[in-house]
Amino acid sequence: MADPALVHLTVNGQPLQAPAGTLLIEACKQHGIEVPSFCYYPNLSLQAACRMCLVEIEKMPKLQTACTVVVSEGMVVNSDSETVHRARKSAIEFILTNHPLDCPVCDAGGECELQDMTFKYGAEKGRFIEPKRHREEQQWSPVVYFDRPRCILCYRCVRACGEGMDVWALGVANRGINATIVPNHQDHLECEECGNCIDICPVGALTSGAYRYQTRPWEMQHVGAVCTFCGDGCKTTLGVRNGEILRGDNRDKSGINGDFLCIKGRYGLDFTRHPERLKQPLARLNGELKPVSWSYALETAAKRWREIQKAQGAIGVIGSTRILNEEAYTLQKFARQVLATANLDHHRTADFPALFDALAGRTGAALARLDDLKTAPAVLLVGGDPTQEHPLTAWNLRWGYRQHKTRLYILNPGDIKLRRQAYRYAQVAALEAAVRYLNGEGETQSQPLTGVAEPSEKRWPQTPASAVAVLDEGLQDFRARLRQEQDVIVVFSGDIAGDTVRELVAFGNSLSGQTRYIALADHANARGAADMGLYPDLLPGYAPVAAGQSGLNLEQMLAALPNQGLASLYVVGANPFRRHPVDPAALRQTFLVVQDLFLTETARAADLVFPALCAYEKAGTVTNTSGQVQPQRRGGSCEGAKSDLEILHRLAAAMGETAWGPADPDRTLQEIRAQVKGYNLPLAQLLAGAAPLALPLNGRVPRAAAPLAPQPNRDTLFTAGSLGRYSATLNGVMEGRKPGR
Amino acid sequence: MSPFSPQLEARFRELMQRYPARRSALVPMLLYAQDELGWLTPEAVRRIAELLGETELAVREVIGYYSMLRTEPAGKYHVQVCTNISCLLRGGDELYAHCERRLGIGHKQTAADGVFSLEEVECLGACSWAPAVQVNYDFHQELTLEQLDKILDAYAARARGADPSQGQGGAGSPGPRTALPVDGSGSRGEAALGTRVQEKS
Repeated sequence: MADPALVHLTVNGQPLQAPAGTLLIEACKQHGIEVPSFCYYPNLSLQAACRMCLVEIEKMPKLQTACTVVVSEGMVVNSDSETVHRARKSAIEFILTNHPLDCPVCDAGGECELQDMTFKYGAEKGRFIEPKRHREEQQWSPVVYFDRPRCILCYRCVRACGEGMDVWALGVANRGINATIVPNHQDHLECEECGNCIDICPVGALTSGAYRYQTRPWEMQHVGAVCTFCGDGCKTTLGVRNGEILRGDNRDKSGINGDFLCIKGRYGLDFTRHPERLKQPLARLNGELKPVSWSYALETAAKRWREIQKAQGAIGVIGSTRILNEEAYTLQKFARQVLATANLDHHRTADFPALFDALAGRTGAALARLDDLKTAPAVLLVGGDPTQEHPLTAWNLRWGYRQHKTRLYILNPGDIKLRRQAYRYAQVAALEAAVRYLNGEGETQSQPLTGVAEPSEKRWPQTPASAVAVLDEGLQDFRARLRQEQDVIVVFSGDIAGDTVRELVAFGNSLSGQTRYIALADHANARGAADMGLYPDLLPGYAPVAAGQSGLNLEQMLAALPNQGLASLYVVGANPFRRHPVDPAALRQTFLVVQDLFLTETARAADLVFPALCAYEKAGTVTNTSGQVQPQRRGGSCEGAKSDLEILHRLAAAMGETAWGPADPDRTLQEIRAQVKGYNLPLAQLLAGAAPLALPLNGRVPRAAAPLAPQPNRDTLFTAGSLGRYSATLNGVMEGRKPGR
Repeated sequence: MSPFSPQLEARFRELMQRYPARRSALVPMLLYAQDELGWLTPEAVRRIAELLGETELAVREVIGYYSMLRTEPAGKYHVQVCTNISCLLRGGDELYAHCERRLGIGHKQTAADGVFSLEEVECLGACSWAPAVQVNYDFHQELTLEQLDKILDAYAARARGADPSQGQGGAGSPGPRTALPVDGSGSRGEAALGTRVQEKS
């Protein structure tokens, strides 16, 4: 869009300029003039309910709501007059008529917009002496409580839930003095349980079931951490008191996720307090796992591994998609240098190597950031269900649809919720065939469609009828329209891999304009694990190992176990036995070492278990699925457990590797920046949380003849691999107990 | 499946075509539905939400906003007494209090036998002939307590199955300015939205 014309106006005697179409309240904000408001919220529809933003505008007879007035040339505004001050006082006085002054016990006390506004703009006296109408608080779900008298009816929650989340679970019943926010099922909510309504509530009317009455906001440290669940890498601000993580929220909105958090980022972190957290190393003594000391456990591991090396036994290493970059990098170093094995892999959920291989030779930014989806003119989504698996990706896609009329093309074997925002939706039997058709030149398709989407009925109400998808004419039309696009972001899930990814990239690159890519992988650091070289055939930065030097992949390692093909298996932060159960009898000859938070299926079969810290308890960096690198900060603590980095360094020392020294994530990060392609990112940007993009495009990536295909986890909003089951909240909401999708 | 008659379903379909945004048909649909069923049952809410592609919550929001939409059954004769300013000045309050005493029920309540329900309402648009009472879709204007009693007697008799001709300008007829005859049984939906006129076009 070309720069819109600038409009000149005067506010409080100060001349301002703002692009035509800017709301007066935003124009003031951009120039440092505060116009207070409750109901106005950027990027949501306008409400003008609270009357807090009233200003005087010359030649207009009455005070105007700055949140709904668009700036115009020559406008003269006064936001600081006696009349305006009186109006604000009256607005607050009116809002407070039935607001209980229970601030000393209210969760929002200390971080309440009504408190702040009353302090700054309010009257010292209220003239209303009528008794307050009390209503009992209501529990709408395990995570959402509603305290009706505190509500000031700003409608923010209603709009955030409907417009932002496309859930539409909150509404307003009755009118006038009886008006009240209501959930969609009379006395309870059925929704995505994201809790965004709680964050956006300017007062303490909506409170969090996980956090309410736990503490006061000023008693906590607030630590900006990166969520450890899906691959989107949202920032969740941890509220930590005495080492205990009491809440995750999004109040400072400084992360790549802006206003958004899903249930996992906000509530899922209660796994950190789960009673089954491992806090002591365990060793199998007389057939049973018994607590042992750290020194005993470390020495036992080192001794056995040295024996195995001497006997030339094979060792396998399985890494994690949740450990930090520094840990993944150190793990591959430990495997390759200390254990001297090439049998190294992790649970792959997207084919990053195929993407980077296909992009080899491209210059410039061929990768998109997740935030780019918010403004993209067109997006092609192949496979996956972002609403369930990548909630921020889905949020950004909805945002683009709402604010920038993004044309969303969806190729999917099923019927996913984002269909409501789709410009074209093709439900296809086989993604591979559909992608091949897209990339083909004009050949007639052999009916890859299983269904053709009717445009959805329920739409963002302000969408002009012309922007709503018309009935699909099939993939031919789908492809023809895509070919006319000038700027496309292609997003694909682990449902496609290998040559299909290459075909998709070939199609994307054949488009006339700019095409950028995002591969969607499960778990917080799946991309980091791939970038750091947790592959049997790829080193950090996707550099190939020397010819003939590649080791066993994950499936080959697991297949080797029953035949005593591995003398030892070292599993770090992964639970491969969940998806591939292994008979414990078959493991008798295999020295199994597991390092994790909980006694998972894999850990239960181990000979040695190291208790590890979770992502919220250590520092380092993580890379989200689009390649944005963000700092992970230490919030909570778990007495007795150690970070994976520290365990690796101690194991290396016990194995006689003297050069490593003590674990230091900063030093490892320096090594990564120097060694790993794409990671030489400006340190200031990285540490400030600017989430710079790692671009590990480095030429062709030669792969094994038949590389292991990704196996997406197909998590829902309420499951998270092996971790979700340790979160009481994720398991407590009724939506999570519904039969799987 | 549908709680509505085929005729009403057909009317809904026609209504939904009439507006640029389909959801604009919601209020008339609710009024017709209430006329047919007597009140807005959960099934009616579900069906209307389904037809419009809206959530049930969105439908209930609108029902909650408008006081003439009911989510509970009313009596066979729904007595609505205006106590807004013009009627108040001319005795609307007394009419309402009289109804409460005589019927033994209060605002938005239904008598045990289901014959009468009572509601204190805002302006009925009959200020020139205040005080006014509306029973179902019949208007009764410039009422005195005696006239009100006669009207209620007539409805009660009708409910007992007395001679229906009594209702047509007979015992219940309150006076010269009564715009409509006492005819509690018929043409409710038609009167509600003036569809007699609409259907001509």
